[in-house]
Amino acid sequence: MEYIIIILSAVFVNNIVFAQFLGTCPFMGVSKKISTSLGMGGAVLFVMTISTIFTYLLMQYVLVPFNLKYLQTIVFILVIAALVQMVEIILKKVSPPLYQALGIFLPLITTNCAVLGVAILTIQKDFNLLQGVVFAMSNAIGFSLALVILAGIREHLELMNVPKYMKGAPIALIVAGILSLAFMGFKGMV
Amino acid sequence: MNQFKNFTKGFIKENPVLVLMLGLCPTLGVTTSAINGLGMGLATTFVLIMSNLFISALKGFIPSLVRIPIFIVIIATFVTIVELAMEAYVPALHEQLGLFIPLIVVNCIVLGRAEAFASKNNAFSSIIDGLSMGLGFAFALTLLGTIRELLGSGAIFGFNLLPEGTDGMLIFVLAPGAFLGLGYLMAIMNSTKKS
Repeated sequence: MEYIIIILSAVFVNNIVFAQFLGTCPFMGVSKKISTSLGMGGAVLFVMTISTIFTYLLMQYVLVPFNLKYLQTIVFILVIAALVQMVEIILKKVSPPLYQALGIFLPLITTNCAVLGVAILTIQKDFNLLQGVVFAMSNAIGFSLALVILAGIREHLELMNVPKYMKGAPIALIVAGILSLAFMGFKGMV
Repeated sequence: MNQFKNFTKGFIKENPVLVLMLGLCPTLGVTTSAINGLGMGLATTFVLIMSNLFISALKGFIPSLVRIPIFIVIIATFVTIVELAMEAYVPALHEQLGLFIPLIVVNCIVLGRAEAFASKNNAFSSIIDGLSMGLGFAFALTLLGTIRELLGSGAIFGFNLLPEGTDGMLIFVLAPGAFLGLGYLMAIMNSTKKS
């Protein structure tokens, strides 16, 4: 039950993009086509889960025992940057088709604040490791969901007669605003 | 480059948020009020100036293959300084901005300026560039924060303008208002641009 609540709240109620504004840069950047947004979603799912496991273990077994909590930001971002590089190298060797699909998105993920944000939130919320993993995965799913919905709408927007100055980013932001309004309807579900 | 031009470019012509569309997460996340936007903007400005200064001063010693991790460590150091200082001196603001302070480290503006400007120019121009970009960012955040606060709760910087017993449009303080506000602001910026 506890896990179902974590999943529902991360995917719908506190959606990482629409309610918490994490990862809005890639959200605006790669949401022009459904196929690329699925690729980005997959890459985020992968990296977010692995980096949350690593940062959690580092926090519990290195930073807390040695009283170095203030180094959290530096350590986490370095771990994430290194992990992204490693994942990229391993994927290239082990699974070329997966690398083909996710490859170009991986370098972008280092500066995706959703990954660092979820790693920090997992610590802040005092989750245990399993809860942290579930939390990270459901946040990544929430991110992909938001990305795919917006991409679907933007593909249609291409054909629409949008006012001159609203073309591109402004209309996408306003669509995101309306979507966020719709997602507020999930409040009270959990 | 002309230092004055270097300084003024960040406000309108190359405004990091409204024109370059960098650093959208903090822009959307913290602008529920003008004061939050200003606080976030100034914190980012400090990080930008210091990281630009250090990166341009050290550019001769940084091997280009591993420059990105080194930039990130330098940036993360100043973010940690800002975070600890804010926690000590302005705890209320620190509480409000919460998660977004450590996230300055992944703000694309900071790394973007380090890579595009500070690693190629001398220390003085880099400081001016950091100041310009940082203040441009703070300007955009304060503007959006003011608009949202005015529409959402009828106040500016906490001074209430509405008569007793009336409420603002709550939606602008909540999450959707951030997207709508920024969307319209960008459309207005587009319309002022000479075509």
